[in-house]
Amino acid sequence: MESLSTLGIWLAGLASADGTLLVVPLVLPVVGLLLALVLGGRYLGPFVLLLTLLGLAAAAAIAIVVFNGGEALGYRLGGWVPPLGVSLEADGLSVVLLLTSAVVILGVAAYAQRDFRPEPGAPETRGSLAFWMLLLGVWAGLNTVALAQDLFTLFVALELLTFSAVPLVSLDGRAETLAAALRYLLFALLGSVLYLLGAVLLYGTYGTLDIALLAQGLGGYAVGAVPVPALVALALMTVGLMAKTALVPLHLWLPPAHAGAPPAASAVLSALVVKGSFFLLLRIWFDLMPGLLALPVAQILGVLGAVAILLGNLMALQQARLKLLVAYSTVAQIGYLFLIFPLAADAPGWALAGGTLQVVSHALAKGAMFLAAGLVYGALGHDRIRDLAGVARALPLTVLAFGLAGLSLVGIQPSGGYLVKTLLGGVAETSNAWWWGLVLDAGGLLTAAYLVWVLGQAITGSGRTLDLVRRPRPSRELVVLTLAVSSLLLGLIPAQAFDLIAIGRASGPDPIAAAWAGAIGWRGLAAGLWPVAVVAALVLIFAPWGAGARVGPLGWPARGAAALGGVIDGLDVGLRRWPVAGCSLLVLLIGLAAGLLVGS
Amino acid sequence: MSGEILFGLCGAALVGIGLYGVICQPGALRRILAFNLLGSGVFLLFGVIAKRGGGALAAAGEGADGDPVPQALVITGLVVAFAATAIAIALLRRLAEVSGRGTLDEGERNP
Repeated sequence: MESLSTLGIWLAGLASADGTLLVVPLVLPVVGLLLALVLGGRYLGPFVLLLTLLGLAAAAAIAIVVFNGGEALGYRLGGWVPPLGVSLEADGLSVVLLLTSAVVILGVAAYAQRDFRPEPGAPETRGSLAFWMLLLGVWAGLNTVALAQDLFTLFVALELLTFSAVPLVSLDGRAETLAAALRYLLFALLGSVLYLLGAVLLYGTYGTLDIALLAQGLGGYAVGAVPVPALVALALMTVGLMAKTALVPLHLWLPPAHAGAPPAASAVLSALVVKGSFFLLLRIWFDLMPGLLALPVAQILGVLGAVAILLGNLMALQQARLKLLVAYSTVAQIGYLFLIFPLAADAPGWALAGGTLQVVSHALAKGAMFLAAGLVYGALGHDRIRDLAGVARALPLTVLAFGLAGLSLVGIQPSGGYLVKTLLGGVAETSNAWWWGLVLDAGGLLTAAYLVWVLGQAITGSGRTLDLVRRPRPSRELVVLTLAVSSLLLGLIPAQAFDLIAIGRASGPDPIAAAWAGAIGWRGLAAGLWPVAVVAALVLIFAPWGAGARVGPLGWPARGAAALGGVIDGLDVGLRRWPVAGCSLLVLLIGLAAGLLVGS
Repeated sequence: MSGEILFGLCGAALVGIGLYGVICQPGALRRILAFNLLGSGVFLLFGVIAKRGGGALAAAGEGADGDPVPQALVITGLVVAFAATAIAIALLRRLAEVSGRGTLDEGERNP
């Protein structure tokens, strides 16, 4: 660790003069990709691990420079100035994304060391080369999304991200995962074409794609006078990115893709890849056209987020397989990200801080959950939730990590999820929009319900001895536990860290520290715990615990719940049909465009 | 009708046909082809903007000779669309080899 920090300081010294340091996170993964072809799959694991350590050091160095300097770090490729040139810039938001992706990818690389390594003497497999190269591709895409400052480079970065993520889904080559990957690719392509169309319209209107220059051009208008092409472009780009982020009702591709991929790949897909397109949404709404956040149309995004939270959690609750449960939990957690748009009109700084924190917190927690599910799958040979009995005794660290990551999603303090709910709930309260707070609480309680359900199954069966297919190495369990614990302790970061998010933003920092005072303490812990305890008791009483039981022991409430579950399931299956999702996309597009045109 | 308007309308028509195809065609190969039509429409619009010049250029009447930036962007876009098509075709071929089907079953249950 010490040598790492020395390296970081050296890198920071190297770059403080100009922004050359910004090139490192882009070049590292690409150099790795090229060298991977030379090295071959057998030695790639340790090599990629080394690269990710270097990448983490570079990201930390950038963070130090930006934080100490108090302003965004910029770099112009080849010395060309926009609009002709392409510029890179690391502001507070970029630094957060750089650091998060470096940490999660480091964790995944440490976890997956042996997953794809061919046996000594055996020929190399497809996965041993492809997994590591695709992981580097995802990393390169994310770093470019974090640093690029013009809409076309961001388009290319998003495509790099998608093209690396799609084959990760079908690494095992089974028919179901191939179909899931193809469905993911086609829907993501639909989203990227809409995004590109929006970029074309913006170029046609303003003659540039640089975000800062565009924001200057747009800033000259009052909210009521933004030209029509710019509004249509905003609607197109928003819907396109929503399709890539898998916001309900455009989530048809996410559950099969994320549940079917190998565990290490699922963790990257769920923790990071969907955040790439969301990050771009932040750039567009908060940097490009912040004035438009005050329009009623931002409520549409919030409502979709609320629907995602409820639908995703209710679907997670009735999944039979652990990985699908975690995938639907991602659908729900993406909903939280979109709650910030209706809340941003009154307190953009708080909403943005809440959204960024949710990106980080969910990335760590979901990475840990998918990796833990992968360890369970590897040990048992299946991930049927009803047959998990005895796992807690066989793999205590794994189940503990799953539970801790789950607590972060529920929002128990001091987790990152708790701070997200405090920040967003605080904004909702001050702007008299209590219903968003209600959605936040309901989502947390539903999350608690499926967490209790899974942990309850894992803890039962104390008398049984499990026949493990393969016992996971303790080091892998420790990696998972580290991710989970860091997500749980995220809430303990000092309030000053939030000044980082405001660096490089015109609005300046909001007094986040005010929201902090007294947020963490025993009273808050008790207030957060008793509803969860009630939910746990309800689940313990009503859930069908017995082997083979379809409904719980108490007649009508359980039957009612089962009927409701059937309705929700039918709704989800309907929404995830391809033509339905396609039409939802068009309806959303028209609705958003109309809302923007009428509202402004 | 000026050339720009004609090509702009062609681009819009291609986008419309492509959107219809991607959403309504059941066969995966047809969806891939429709995506290419959709992309071509967008690139054509970009071409129109290159001819006309973007934003301030167009207002000042300086774009009549052509703005080279969109052309550079379209070339990159074409490469991206080509790569996307290649990945999609490769996935579809493997899917057909493994399972013998060329469609993505609608209403498919989760694996």
